[in-house]
Amino acid sequence: MRIVVVGASLAGVRTVEGLRRRGSDADVVLVGAEPGPHGGIAGDGIAADRPPLSKAFLADAAVEAKPLTDRARLGALGVGLVTGRAVDLDLDRRRVGLHGGEQVGFDALVVATGSTPRTVPGLEPREGVWTLRTATDAAAIRAACPEGGRVVVVGGGFIGAEVAWTLRQSGRAVALVEPLPSLMARGLGPELGAAFTRRHAAAGVALHTGAGVAALEGGERVTSVLLTDGTSLPADVVVLGLGTVPETGWLAGAGLDLRDGVVCDERLAAAGAEGVWAVGDVARWRHPRAGEDVRVEHWTNAVETAGVVAANLTGTPTVHDAVPYVWSDQLGARLQVFGRVRPGDELRVVVGDLDGSFVALTGGDGQLRSVVGFGAVKALLPFRKLLLAGAGWDEALAAA
Amino acid sequence: MRVTVDLGACQGHGVCHMSAPDVFELDETDGHAIVTSDPVPAALEADAQLGADSCPERAITVA
Ligand SMILES: Cc1cc2nc3c(=O)[nH]c(=O)nc-3n(C[C@H](O)[C@H](O)[C@H](O)COP(=O)(O)OP(=O)(O)OC[C@H]3O[C@@H](n4cnc5c(N)ncnc54)[C@H](O)[C@@H]3O)c2cc1C
Ligand code: SF4
Repeated sequence: MRIVVVGASLAGVRTVEGLRRRGSDADVVLVGAEPGPHGGIAGDGIAADRPPLSKAFLADAAVEAKPLTDRARLGALGVGLVTGRAVDLDLDRRRVGLHGGEQVGFDALVVATGSTPRTVPGLEPREGVWTLRTATDAAAIRAACPEGGRVVVVGGGFIGAEVAWTLRQSGRAVALVEPLPSLMARGLGPELGAAFTRRHAAAGVALHTGAGVAALEGGERVTSVLLTDGTSLPADVVVLGLGTVPETGWLAGAGLDLRDGVVCDERLAAAGAEGVWAVGDVARWRHPRAGEDVRVEHWTNAVETAGVVAANLTGTPTVHDAVPYVWSDQLGARLQVFGRVRPGDELRVVVGDLDGSFVALTGGDGQLRSVVGFGAVKALLPFRKLLLAGAGWDEALAAA
Repeated sequence: MRVTVDLGACQGHGVCHMSAPDVFELDETDGHAIVTSDPVPAALEADAQLGADSCPERAITVA
């Protein structure tokens, strides 16, 4: 039995570790192509842990990136490492083709190629314009923008807001452009989004909400960002935070069901193929609790999906039904979201208030759907328990 | 199995507690993890490992 895992970041690395921990004696190969400086490949193709890249690592050149594993640790697990980019999949012959022509045969394949920053026409990375995914990106942004430098962040999702705060509190002048009326509105809903928008403004981030980017100005190197409302924002560096897209290009035409990710059943087995699985950001699956197909681009989900697939590959049938969790560090505290905030959900602040530390609940269709805490690690625990237990909205409010 | 939490690394995510409530409690005041059953009884070993895996700071060691 040969198991090939493509993608050597959190989900892929945890999958191979999980296989060995569960006693798999299969031949296991990890294929990685994490980008490094100058278009090359970083550290044998193995990624560094990403959350610090928009937090401590971005702020401070003295902080080191943490590779998720290395050749020696993989060797000790008896896992083979192949550094290279997968470019196609042949399900009939059961092989992955690598850039350069090498073919890697498999009995079982785990797709762990994650996601990659979205770009839109006119807003592509170039001199002075960066997306943020890898340690190389983060180091380049930091170097391009020393203390006192001017940054324009485009996009006010979790990453954009976090980057804006991190760079602001480490002494850069930061402007943030978000076409929607508030920050993080997709992840948190309009009311919580509006509260964080106010707080970022109060913390000194120059906010341009409801405005889009008309053009990046300057010659070879961008010098300013022109907004659709006519404002021109001077910039030493522009950081694009336009969301991400699943990294499925290399699977095109292979016969898998690809619709915004690799479509899987609830055990994370890919639809349309035998012995193909997906983990982490790239996996879209039928969530047993949510009753709908979801794709989750968060750290904890990558760890959980790796555990589920390692279990399924070692004879313990397991479904992935964990409640999603994401955190973000901004405005000097930790934001934590359990579950998913859906458009139109009702919001109730049950602890504190939106200008300080708080716990808020959202609900819809009579169900508690998410628990959002800010600076309230402990206070949200009882509500999180209710969410895990599938509590109704009234029951949750009664507990407040 | 022994479980330890490196309190210098622990950032109070509380995910360990969510994965393995019988092994990890959270401190009332600062939300740091507290190991409630060390050494871990055999029946909770898988939970303890799950808790350790889920910690974003890799603050938990099981041995
Ligand atoms: C800056 C930043 C901060 C974040 N902060 C948080 C946070 O605070 N909280 C949170 O919950 N989540 C956070 N996340 C999200 C979290 O890091 C991701 O959900 C996680 O990295 C997903 O892991 P993954 O292994 O599925 O995918 P990825 O990390 O995207 O890794 C995929 C890997 O596969 C490789 N690859 C892609 N295509 C190929 C190919 N064809 N051949 C070979 N290799 C390939 C890639 O190079 C990469 O190394 C953050 C993400 C970023 C970028
Ligand atoms: S998951 Fe890790 S960081 Fe969070 S409380 Fe537990 S030990 Fe601490």
